[in-house]
Amino acid sequence: MKQKEYTISILTEDKPGLLNKITIIFNRRKINIASLNVSTTEVAGVSRYTLVVSLTPEEVKKIVKQIRKVVDVLGSFYYQENEVYYREIALYKFSVDMYKNNKELEQLIRNHGAKVMAIEGDQVVIEKTGSKQETHELYDALQPFDLMEFVRSGRIALSKSKRRTEAFIRELETSNSNALSIKEF
Amino acid sequence: MNTSTLEIEEKKVNKTEIIPGAEAVLKCLVEEGVDTIFGYPGGAIMPVYDSLYSYADKLNHILSRHEQGAIHAAQGYARASGKVGVCFATSGPGATNLITGITDAMIDSTPLVCITGQVASHLLGSDAFQETDIIGISMPVTKWNFQVTGAEEIPEAIAQAFYIAKSGRPGPVLIDITKDAQQKTLDFSYAPCKRVRSYHPYPELKDEPLRAAAKLINEAKKPYILFGQGVILSGAEGELKNFIEKTGIPAASTLLGLSAFSTKHPLYVGYTGMHGNYGPNVKTNECDVFIAIGMRFDDRVTGDVNTYAAQAKVIHIELDPAEINKNIKVDVAINGDAKQALQALTQLVNQNSHEDWVEEFHECDRIEMEKAIKKSIDPEGAQITMAEVVHKLSVFTKGKSLIVTDVGQHQMMASRYYKFDEYKSHITSGGLGTMGFCLPAAIGAKIGAPERQVIGIVGDGGFQMTLQELGLIMQYEVGVKILILNNEFLGMVRQWQQLFFDRRYSFTKMQNPDFIKLAASYNIPALQISDRSKLEDGFRSWLEPEGPGLLEIIVEKEENVFPMVPSGSCVSKIRLE
Repeated sequence: MKQKEYTISILTEDKPGLLNKITIIFNRRKINIASLNVSTTEVAGVSRYTLVVSLTPEEVKKIVKQIRKVVDVLGSFYYQENEVYYREIALYKFSVDMYKNNKELEQLIRNHGAKVMAIEGDQVVIEKTGSKQETHELYDALQPFDLMEFVRSGRIALSKSKRRTEAFIRELETSNSNALSIKEF
Repeated sequence: MNTSTLEIEEKKVNKTEIIPGAEAVLKCLVEEGVDTIFGYPGGAIMPVYDSLYSYADKLNHILSRHEQGAIHAAQGYARASGKVGVCFATSGPGATNLITGITDAMIDSTPLVCITGQVASHLLGSDAFQETDIIGISMPVTKWNFQVTGAEEIPEAIAQAFYIAKSGRPGPVLIDITKDAQQKTLDFSYAPCKRVRSYHPYPELKDEPLRAAAKLINEAKKPYILFGQGVILSGAEGELKNFIEKTGIPAASTLLGLSAFSTKHPLYVGYTGMHGNYGPNVKTNECDVFIAIGMRFDDRVTGDVNTYAAQAKVIHIELDPAEINKNIKVDVAINGDAKQALQALTQLVNQNSHEDWVEEFHECDRIEMEKAIKKSIDPEGAQITMAEVVHKLSVFTKGKSLIVTDVGQHQMMASRYYKFDEYKSHITSGGLGTMGFCLPAAIGAKIGAPERQVIGIVGDGGFQMTLQELGLIMQYEVGVKILILNNEFLGMVRQWQQLFFDRRYSFTKMQNPDFIKLAASYNIPALQISDRSKLEDGFRSWLEPEGPGLLEIIVEKEENVFPMVPSGSCVSKIRLE
């Protein structure tokens, strides 16, 4: 079966060691994690892991259920591209001279919806948020200008479902069933 | 409120005491109803062992000869008694020596709480003496693990450990406690864990799949049941029997399901899998409705998953949602406890019988008897065969003993030819296939079920992996009976070499010690038999006395286990010879 890119979103208790417990589930099946982000949520003590992986529809269902089994994982969900709002952020570093001597650079940055994040000493850092494709297009466009360094963050994503994290956690606390948290949203 | 009631209230609240972490560990175990611990001391767990010295009246500690022995004994104990097995080990090598047993318990769903000592918290991560990251190492093979670095964390961690180990689909839990946390004091009070908000071990049964399953079952012409260890773990043997008898459906067992249902029942049609019976394997691919109960479609059961029961509507009763649709696509998933699910489903199904269909299984039995069983249990050659020993042992003990096996040919012979007629009478290393499991697990089983006759059946290879645990039989006078089936080969590997590797017997021949002298050095009565005519008397002098006994039987060197589904093949293409 063909692989697709999925966003996996995991709600967990904020406890040490969980990152490892989650990533070994991918490692066991020799699945490469394309990106990973851990953040707080609007609920105190609850963290959100956002991963991007390429998997078959079969694989992603199994993986998500195995993640849900980890004690301290509150919920585990997977989404296709059109089911989430998502962004990545990329930073691009140049020498100040390069930036000053090439007027078209400023135009290019504006055209790509990027902005100058910092000018400090002899360095300029450009910031761009968008999809991986968008940040990569800017990367390609900036390559001829002697790009010094480039970095891209992991994806962060919110699902388009109407679920609220707080309501989900409350339901989890009062329900006896785990069916709720493995349900595909 | 008058002053006297106020005092009583205060006393209730202040029902705490200041004790060291090490003693708190033991108090927690006593609170959880633990009376037996298997373990091995060492530097980082010495404070706990020191406290244990004054708890000898409450906690019976069994000192193994290797940590692997301790954990397999704890597994045998847990599976025989239905209680949580408890195991102590020190940091570093002590902890890493537990890993095989923890992994075995994980894959075979055995409830264990392992407590390991750890170097002092200020030394963590510094490659200190006997330091190892046991939390990291055990992460993929535990149901849950946790490192305690403060004495005050101990009661809650242990309470949660027991709750997680024994609830839902059971499994092993490891609690790693730094030496300073054992030494520092805490204000002790204990409350058992009743809930973890992220962990919901018992899914609520839903009506819809139950009704869908009942409809399929009621309309089925050739339904077939395959049950596994889930039945034993949920204590559903009565419910399984009612369900089978009401529906009249032929039922087969997985390896770990053996003894959940009497082999003598007219609707029991055998055991399934790679070396299972002919009927259930072949009929898997002929039935119209396949009802899987508390089992997980291991590859040794399914062979080729693409052809496995592909023609049938599959109903899967399973507690662990991650097992549903993992290996075999199912039509109806009943996510819930086997006991509850069978109770509910039995209400919804019609009283029925499938005599012609059951007769098809019996026809298969006749074929298997003719082509495979007869020559195994009644061999023409002078040498005793493993199949023959197990068959005769089964008759001798009337199928009533608790059988613990190791891994390999003898294990398959035991599962094929021991006719279990007593509930919960089979303990083996199924999922992991751990050689060396039998001897310590049989010792643990006897300690966990002292009223049962416990027989450990083991090959000469597996026996030598953990034979140091004979010391436990001697020191604690454990009345376990050990049967070594000695063919001087690693028999199962040799069989595969014969069948699939052109008889190139690469490193499977063994030169063995004198097992009788070995047993004698541990003061264990022992007897060797190589002559068929002496078998029955041998059984008698081995099994009749109280106390331990070892029987070594010299068996045919190149006996094969048949029938056999070659690895990854279609189950209906099972080879009879």
